[in-house]
Amino acid sequence: MDLPSPLPGLALAPAALALPLIVLSRRRPAVRETWSVLASVLQTALVLAMLPAVRDGARLVWAPASLAPGVPLALRADALGVFFATVASALWVLTTIYSIGYTRALDERAQTRYFGAFALCLFSTVGLALAENLLTFFLFYELLTVATYPLVIHKQTHAAVLAGRLYLAYTLTGGAALLGAVAWTYALAGRLDFAPGGILGGAAAPPAALWALFVLFALGFGVKAAVVPLHTWLPVAMIAPTPVSALLHAVAVVKAGVFGFLRLVGFVFGPGLLDDLGAATALAALGGATILLGSLAALAQDDLKRLLAFSTVSQLSYILLGAALGTPEAFTGGVLHMATHAVLKITLFFCAGAIYVTAHLERVSQLDGIGRRMPLTMAAFAVAAFMLAGLPPGAAFVSKWRLLVGAAEAGAWIAVGVFLVSTLLNVAYFAPIVLRAFAGGGGPRVAMAEARPAVLVPLLITAAAGVVLGLQPEAGHLLGLARAVTADVMGAP
Amino acid sequence: MNYPFWIAIGLLMLGLYTMIAHKNLFKKFVGMSVFQTAIILFFMLTSVKRGADLPIVSAGAVGASGFMNPLPHALMLTAIVVAVATAGLALGILIRLHATYGSLEEDVIAAGPAPADAPPAPGAR
Amino acid sequence: MGAHLPILPVVLPLVGAMLVPIVTLASRRAAWPLAVGAGLLATVAAGAGLVSVALHGTTRYAVGGWPPPWGIEVVLDPLSAFVAVTVAGVSTVGLLAAGPAAERLPRHAPAAFYALALIGLTGFLGMVVSGDLFNVFVFLEIASISSYALVASGGGPALPAAFRYLVLGTVGASFYLLGVGFLYALTGTLNMADLATRVAGQHASPLFVGGVAFVTVGLAIKMGLFPLHGWLPDAYTHAPAPVAVLLAPVGTKAAAYALARTLLYVLRPSDLPVATILAWTGAAAILVGGVLALRQTDARRLLAYSSVSQMGYIALGFGLATPAGLAGAYLHILNHALMKAALFLSVGAAALQGRGPAVHALGLGRGMPVAAACAVVAGLSMVGVPPFGGFFSKWYLLEGTVGAGEPVLAGVILAGSLLALGYMYRFTEEVWLGGSGASPTPAEDAPKGGHAAPGAGGTPGATPSAVAIGLVILAAVTLAAGLGNVALVGVLAPVTGLR
Repeated sequence: MDLPSPLPGLALAPAALALPLIVLSRRRPAVRETWSVLASVLQTALVLAMLPAVRDGARLVWAPASLAPGVPLALRADALGVFFATVASALWVLTTIYSIGYTRALDERAQTRYFGAFALCLFSTVGLALAENLLTFFLFYELLTVATYPLVIHKQTHAAVLAGRLYLAYTLTGGAALLGAVAWTYALAGRLDFAPGGILGGAAAPPAALWALFVLFALGFGVKAAVVPLHTWLPVAMIAPTPVSALLHAVAVVKAGVFGFLRLVGFVFGPGLLDDLGAATALAALGGATILLGSLAALAQDDLKRLLAFSTVSQLSYILLGAALGTPEAFTGGVLHMATHAVLKITLFFCAGAIYVTAHLERVSQLDGIGRRMPLTMAAFAVAAFMLAGLPPGAAFVSKWRLLVGAAEAGAWIAVGVFLVSTLLNVAYFAPIVLRAFAGGGGPRVAMAEARPAVLVPLLITAAAGVVLGLQPEAGHLLGLARAVTADVMGAP
Repeated sequence: MNYPFWIAIGLLMLGLYTMIAHKNLFKKFVGMSVFQTAIILFFMLTSVKRGADLPIVSAGAVGASGFMNPLPHALMLTAIVVAVATAGLALGILIRLHATYGSLEEDVIAAGPAPADAPPAPGAR
Repeated sequence: MGAHLPILPVVLPLVGAMLVPIVTLASRRAAWPLAVGAGLLATVAAGAGLVSVALHGTTRYAVGGWPPPWGIEVVLDPLSAFVAVTVAGVSTVGLLAAGPAAERLPRHAPAAFYALALIGLTGFLGMVVSGDLFNVFVFLEIASISSYALVASGGGPALPAAFRYLVLGTVGASFYLLGVGFLYALTGTLNMADLATRVAGQHASPLFVGGVAFVTVGLAIKMGLFPLHGWLPDAYTHAPAPVAVLLAPVGTKAAAYALARTLLYVLRPSDLPVATILAWTGAAAILVGGVLALRQTDARRLLAYSSVSQMGYIALGFGLATPAGLAGAYLHILNHALMKAALFLSVGAAALQGRGPAVHALGLGRGMPVAAACAVVAGLSMVGVPPFGGFFSKWYLLEGTVGAGEPVLAGVILAGSLLALGYMYRFTEEVWLGGSGASPTPAEDAPKGGHAAPGAGGTPGATPSAVAIGLVILAAVTLAAGLGNVALVGVLAPVTGLR
């Protein structure tokens, strides 16, 4: 049921309008920040407005123009798209408030550019989430790359510029591969829209060609999804200000890559075709390797944000592995993990930022005893870390459990093993931080000094959200939506 | 053996060779002129017919097939004018070149302008 | 006036060129508005022609009332009208933005500059609308001679560059003429439509093969297609900045149009391997031009090699000769003209403040927000980031190569994008470095945009509004060309076959 509706287009409007407004009010920071907050709230509201219809299986379509002959510039809000858009938009609200506190505390330069770029990023994210076809998706995907660049090089130090170069090199190269894949798909299938079950089913092409196409797509999405070995840019990009790392590199950009994979598996190739080709196994292997390698690398990190980056690398592939396993529970778990990981990881990043803002510490080895100085922050960190490791009753446990069940159902015992080992590794790199924060350091008692409210409150909210999600996965209709996606793709929840 | 055709081709080759092989810019220019002339000559060869009259209407007119084709001549007048304009411009550039660099040899010019006449020679080119 | 519409784009700049010296006698500053006005009128006329073609189909106009095929014909069909609007529009923006730089030239130089520029515009537009092969040659030479003179006006190292350009350009035009001679000998006509019908059965004749060969080589030289591009880097590097803005975007495109028209619509040598050669030469040009551009430190030379690379895309599209490939090539004519003009203009804007020409010394990020933003837009278009125009021409070319079953060529197109990323990034990286970045080196081959501003240590001054307006127009049209690419493809549908 495709229902024409202006809602998808309207959902793009707040961020689009915010950008010029932010630039125009650059001399009045209070006004400027208001635009950001307003836009994020409006965007979330509009995305949520699409929830009821989409949960019932309908799709809201907005196709104002033609991008190229035969390919419209179209948005079609389905379960997966609204799911991703909801997560990104809701977290944008919190990140905006956090950003305001963070940039004011550090008296950061170029704040107009910062907030403006953020607006453009969220515009692109919603655009690609709701895109109806591969070309519209590609447009917003590349726009996201361009929009995040000013945020990566924000500090404009030599190191930041080099990081920006690496970032662009990786993402735009991936973009080129993706473009080739899109063009090839168009030639093979004659269409580019995302159809549940895939559009390449009837393509008259030898398996080798379809494999090559899959590899191209994997290269294209794999960069943003931080799949090993295309993940190198992510730890390097941690040089960006922490709110950037939090929203973009834990939620928007990397999830866009993973989202691309989900679209690929569910709506371009289709799980059936992937299985036949054996590409599903390859994707699973890639995901599994990334999970383990990411976690292992995290163990060795002293810089807190780099540790979180490698943790992200590892956690993202949970979703890929879930999608590749091919069973409904695994797929649902994977989709749900997009949301649970986002909420928890953003909490961890927010904590890292709060520590940096108040105590100017960046390294794990410096965090001894910080728990006494910033108990609320470290409590949130501990809760989020504990939950992210997948231990019940955390939010990530909900998704991880489904992934485990789905893996067992598929008879993929290696995958089960990978998930379990990864849980142990997670504990291995998070536990020392938490323990040392609260129990370590022996010095004189330090006064409690949390970060300012604008920085502290968002992280408490996200931590609380993680707890709530863990106890009640239907909160925010997330589980229902995830199930709807699986139903879409596989014909059974 | 169509001698005029081969002469035209020969001149064309000669002009091309001169442009490539000689280092002196004026000689290149001369080669270019010969090259253009050869093409003009070739074009005019297309107007010739065996036993045909000059394309001027007179009392003994015999019909179109008895006249040479005047169109190539008209076209080539234009081409000659173009060649003259190009030659004028080329010579003007050569004069300025000589004034700036003091020589018309390619390798001397590549080394930079003569110190007395022009701004200081730029760094490695 | 409506009946004479097809010839107006050619006549208006010519009249303007003749008026320029006269009005300068009265007022030195009148030449600039006159030139911009002539260009603007020509653009409007070309635009009206395009609208007329879209509504009524191809228009033919017999010059002087002499009927074709003996008389000279001017033909406005979707392709020629499209390219005419591109050439006229970009040139007008170039003339507008040239004002501040031309103002600084001594004595009569501005009048000479504008007169030559308008003659050049006459030549390019004449090439584009002409329906007669020899007429194309005449206007080609008109445009070329004015181009040689404009490049030479730079003095110093521009002189040997202009001379080389002159010699190689004349060789190219003469080869074209030779080819036309062969075809005339074969068919007895010079009118394009007439010749197309007459040549249809004669593909076996050595005159045909020779004609095709010489015409292709000649126009390839004028187009700057690798490996016949030898004149291009030096000419674009040493030409004065306003000249580069006028020549670089437009000159090669008019020649490319002539090549397309002659090969694809008149001669159509389907049994000769011309298409294959064009496609693979184009591919080589993309790669070689891109790699050479990466190694340049002089911004203008970088843009010159970038042009060599981008012309390869257009040749590739011609060689594919599928509807999508042609659509991509024609769109790229527009998109590349816009991008190159914007980039050379931003270099010129930097030059006006005494900065550059080394890439790292452009200082685009310091006090030149408009130039910086437009350079970034042009760079994104060059790399092929949507929604700018450059992405869409690449998309159609990609569609064409994949559809024609040529994965290697598709790979080359994508590799070209990455090479463009490599060299455009260095170009725009300065934008982000703000206060850092090396100080400019005025002694080293200073760009002849006029005399360098006093205190040429990179003092941030304002970009003159004419230049800023020009840049904004180019950037805006780049975006519009991207978003509206479907409309453009629709207009071109009769000549590409892509619906």
